[in-house]
Amino acid sequence: MAFDEMSGEASAYGTHVRESYRGLARWLAEAPEGLLQARSRQAELFFRRMGITFAVYGDAESSERLIPFDVAPRIIGAAEWAGLEAGLIQRVAAINLFLADIYGPQECLKAGVLPAELVLTNPHYCPEMQGQRPPRGIWVQIAGVDLVRTGEDDFYVLEDNCRTPSGVSYMLENREMMMRLFPDLFADYPVRPVETYADMLLASLRACAPEAAGADPTIVVLTPGPFNSAYYEHSFLADKLGVELVEGRDLFVDDGKVFMRTTEGRQRVDVVYRRIDDDFLDPLTFRPDSALGVPGLMAAYQAGAVTLANAVGTGVADDKAVYTYMPEIIRFFTGEEPILNNVPTWRCREPEALKYTLAHLEELVVKEVGGSGGYGMLVGPAASKSEIETFRRRLIDDPDEFIAQPTLALSTAPTLDRNGELAPRHVDLRPFVLSSPEGVKVAPGGLTRVALKEGSLVVNSSQGGGTKDTWVLDV
Amino acid sequence: MRIQIDHATTYAYDRAARFIIQRLRLTPRSSEAQQVRNWSVETDVDARLRRSEDAFGNIVHTLYTEQPTQGLTVRVTGEVITSDTGGVVPPDQETLSPLVFLRDTPLTRPEKLISVFASEFSAHPPLDRMHRLMAAIHGSVAFEVGVTTPTHTAGEVLALGRGVCQDHAHVFIACARQTGVPARYVSGHLLRRDTEDQEAAHAWAEAWIEGLGWVGFDPANGVCPTDRYVRVATGLDYLGAAPVRGASYGGGGESLAVRLSVRDADVQQRQQQA
Repeated sequence: MAFDEMSGEASAYGTHVRESYRGLARWLAEAPEGLLQARSRQAELFFRRMGITFAVYGDAESSERLIPFDVAPRIIGAAEWAGLEAGLIQRVAAINLFLADIYGPQECLKAGVLPAELVLTNPHYCPEMQGQRPPRGIWVQIAGVDLVRTGEDDFYVLEDNCRTPSGVSYMLENREMMMRLFPDLFADYPVRPVETYADMLLASLRACAPEAAGADPTIVVLTPGPFNSAYYEHSFLADKLGVELVEGRDLFVDDGKVFMRTTEGRQRVDVVYRRIDDDFLDPLTFRPDSALGVPGLMAAYQAGAVTLANAVGTGVADDKAVYTYMPEIIRFFTGEEPILNNVPTWRCREPEALKYTLAHLEELVVKEVGGSGGYGMLVGPAASKSEIETFRRRLIDDPDEFIAQPTLALSTAPTLDRNGELAPRHVDLRPFVLSSPEGVKVAPGGLTRVALKEGSLVVNSSQGGGTKDTWVLDV
Repeated sequence: MRIQIDHATTYAYDRAARFIIQRLRLTPRSSEAQQVRNWSVETDVDARLRRSEDAFGNIVHTLYTEQPTQGLTVRVTGEVITSDTGGVVPPDQETLSPLVFLRDTPLTRPEKLISVFASEFSAHPPLDRMHRLMAAIHGSVAFEVGVTTPTHTAGEVLALGRGVCQDHAHVFIACARQTGVPARYVSGHLLRRDTEDQEAAHAWAEAWIEGLGWVGFDPANGVCPTDRYVRVATGLDYLGAAPVRGASYGGGGESLAVRLSVRDADVQQRQQQA
């Protein structure tokens, strides 16, 4: 039985209500019949009118669509959040130290914390960055860590998205929508604001600018363009930050510095919040056929003349095979015990693990090492015999490409079902973590994704998932 | 040997380019096996040249033009004094672990044909394996200019059975990595016996042999490099060591011409004295 965040257990919603949800339960009890359903229809109308479309992380393959929004908030109490926050700060701080070490002295490889080969032959390790120190020494300015919950005090990290995590526009839009729909509910609840995210991000990016940039660095958001599935979020963020949204062709590099074309001539750029993958950043260093990047950007970057957020080569830290060593990485770099759990993982590259995985396919989740977005994944308990057999063959052919994990009983949160009734549905959580020389900070909230199908454990929007507003309480 | 190099790369445009940026890997680095003397990098238009070093240890010049440009020639000249090391590259300060050179790249990915071809040699110890591999590639891929382009992958070249030195190097690198031996691409110059004037720079490969370090293999010629070879740049494949990678803004109808002469300075001196 899964842990339900409102009732503590996954039965029909009845008498027992956990502390953080009591205000909601009271509001629901007092609300006239059909109010929640009416607000839900209203929300859909608003979103359609605003035209918010975009896929969470799935990128290229998904066509634009409206992701379903669920009006029942996901509520996290102050004490629960405090533990999560401490765990996230510890984890992202360790990841920054790990990347500085991997691209520097490689002490963790010498000490055998993880196999050197796993890092150095990893497709996301970037040899061009070896020996480089990004401006201010920060590698992952923005992380979107995927968490799931299995019990009152049990949180597990599923993925540390350290490249160009998306979904933060949902956190902000969902809150705006909720405040519009339920002003009375907010009046009673001490919900911490997420609207300050743009200010936090701006301050964080400014603090990461090269020393030479001075007190007022110029920041831009670099997008692949309107055909990218997350373009909406890119323009949304540029707007919230109050900075220019640019494409590769709007920038150029001259004499080791980055400039933006403007109607008043060239303007120096100090920080690029880039939403373009490493491979496409600079056709003179990476893929020569990339029309999305900026020729010579790496020359400016390696000269320390521009900050790229996130740094180049950070993908090696969110690789699924490297992930399995994260507890050891945290211990090595912080000297502390990890606060957040890693999901126990069988690395199929190891013969014993492969043997175990093949024998327990019906109960495990099997993932591709380089995959994301819920694609190319086997959820054993929900899979058909033929799906399992297909995976068995793939595993035997190429064990290095896979990891396996137990099927976690993800927590549920009350969600409006097709009949307009509140019913438990599985959820995950992606909080956004910002790093700068001034420290690591977590926005009090995040993106809650919910599997709308009863019993489904796959929350990805491409697989029928929706989103919810996430409330972090002050008390 | 004393090898004199004069290498000019000319880009011409039908319509002038507003601005050109190029990253040049044309300058050899001195090492125990090669001493670089009187090296110069010159352009025939006003341009800024900034020198840096990349993670592979290559000297990189980044060139930025300062005015609209119809034609741009970059000319490097200099002398390199080489010694024969039996193909073994003297140890240098390497930033990158040899393990990095086990990585696949799009140009050297382990296609089926590569795996099959390489598997024939897997049973032999690494150094022997590399020698056999070099001989086999020399025998299987005929040297022929004009049948391949820089986008041909190692597998495609092997299927075609024809190519130029960079293709031979890619096949060697892909096969070596496939058998678990780190391998890298080398661009450079070869002092030929038949001619001083050459159409293009040379390329070969290096393999990491435990106990020896990096060892050169020139599968286009079926030999290990001698003192007739000058190493200029290394990379995971051609793209990482390419002499010029650039972009032009507003230029139309780009064409490229290369002029290269590699000569034996001592012979020249003797001839002049005679």
